[in-house]
Amino acid sequence: MPQEKALVMTQQDMFRILKRIAIEIVERNKGLDDVVLLGIQRRGVYLANRLKDLFRDIEEVKVPTGELDITLYRDDIPTLLEQPVVHSTSIPVDIAGKKLILVDDVLYTGRTIRAALDALMDLGRPANVQLVILVDRGHRELPIQADYVGKNIPTSRSEMVEVRVTELDGEDKVVIIERNEV
Amino acid sequence: MNWRHKDLIDLDDWTREELNLFLEQANYMEELLNRPIKKVPALRGKLIVNFFFEPSTRTRVSFELAEKMLSADVVNWSSSGSSVSKGETLRDTAWTLEAMGADAVVIRYGAVGSADYLSRKLKKASVFNAGDGTHGHPTQALLDLHSAWKKLGNLEGSRMAIVGDVLHSRVARSNIKAFSKMGVKVILSGPATLMPTDIPSLGAEYDPDPRSAVKDADMIYLLRIQKERQEQGLIPSLDEYHLRYGATEELVSLAGKDALVMHPGPINRRVEIASEVADGEQSIILKQVRSGVAVRMALLYLCLGGVRN
Repeated sequence: MPQEKALVMTQQDMFRILKRIAIEIVERNKGLDDVVLLGIQRRGVYLANRLKDLFRDIEEVKVPTGELDITLYRDDIPTLLEQPVVHSTSIPVDIAGKKLILVDDVLYTGRTIRAALDALMDLGRPANVQLVILVDRGHRELPIQADYVGKNIPTSRSEMVEVRVTELDGEDKVVIIERNEV
Repeated sequence: MNWRHKDLIDLDDWTREELNLFLEQANYMEELLNRPIKKVPALRGKLIVNFFFEPSTRTRVSFELAEKMLSADVVNWSSSGSSVSKGETLRDTAWTLEAMGADAVVIRYGAVGSADYLSRKLKKASVFNAGDGTHGHPTQALLDLHSAWKKLGNLEGSRMAIVGDVLHSRVARSNIKAFSKMGVKVILSGPATLMPTDIPSLGAEYDPDPRSAVKDADMIYLLRIQKERQEQGLIPSLDEYHLRYGATEELVSLAGKDALVMHPGPINRRVEIASEVADGEQSIILKQVRSGVAVRMALLYLCLGGVRN
């Protein structure tokens, strides 16, 4: 069993961080006109929904929110030991000309975001794309960075950052896990 | 997830869990058909050979579309003027395909067991059976399952009547396997001259009267009647066949308003199916075609991705 090494974010931390990011998004976009939220499957979808609820509470605006699956755009399919299953992609509005806020849980190599950008370009031509990340753990392999970062957590490659959300995992928290020797 | 199948020869060794997961994956693939840009890069760099030694339009086109939507490189190799018609054996052809670097071969061939044979000869490439003689046509069964499942949801406890030339039908054989695995009761009907002798061993029942066979059916599945069957003396005439076994509005009404009418295509109007039924509200024939592309995409994706030993 992998060992849970450190708790880096509690439920309360997560809520505060998402609230701060929500406010940053409103500030930077001077409101929420033309803003569309897009969560990356799977945990990014739930984080995007949290932001949507925050926008409703803070600004009383209903922001269109969708989900994006990047599996078919991954660059590592031929090298994976287990075939990743495909999840749903649903985009609530025509994204052409919109300010698109991509949401994911962890930013690591940057390859997921590269795949997400490719997937997005096939779906339409947004005015711009901004990236929300709950945890940036470093070790980038591509020139990609987030516009809104929940927390920077320096890690080693042998560690895993696990974001847990109530909807899927029964609890809200972020932990660092030590990968066992295989 | 660990998808254990590299080939698809027939559905005998697929479990119900695998079928359920497969249907769900096919649903997501179908979402892609609605997009402005339908192509995704998932199988970029994979070489797929469509090896068709019997006439086929829809199966070949459907496979080709699925391959192209996943960005695979596609080569079509068909019977006329090919080396097989020059006398090359299937074994030599297999080795040729491997030498060319094919990652997958989709094969339709007249001999029963040809896909299985090819898969034993090919060490690396995946083999997908697109019809081997009267034995099986598993991707047809998967697409039938997908289109019925989308309409009816859980199929457990439902009934399917398959009417027509079961004897010569690989579609019927694969469908009986696939639908029974999902808990569907399958009843076969049609002239006794067009029925195999081993119906119970297929896992189905026989009812010579299509009227009672379709009663309470949730799905009525019509099989194509080949014109040669009349010359072979297996049916008296196409008109008479239509009167007794054809899916007329009257026959379909015995099953009820919600029953689905299905057909693998291409249809013979006024033989196994009346035009009013084929074009009617209960018909999902064109939805089956759409499912065909989605199901083949899911199959290629699941069997060709990942690292295998």
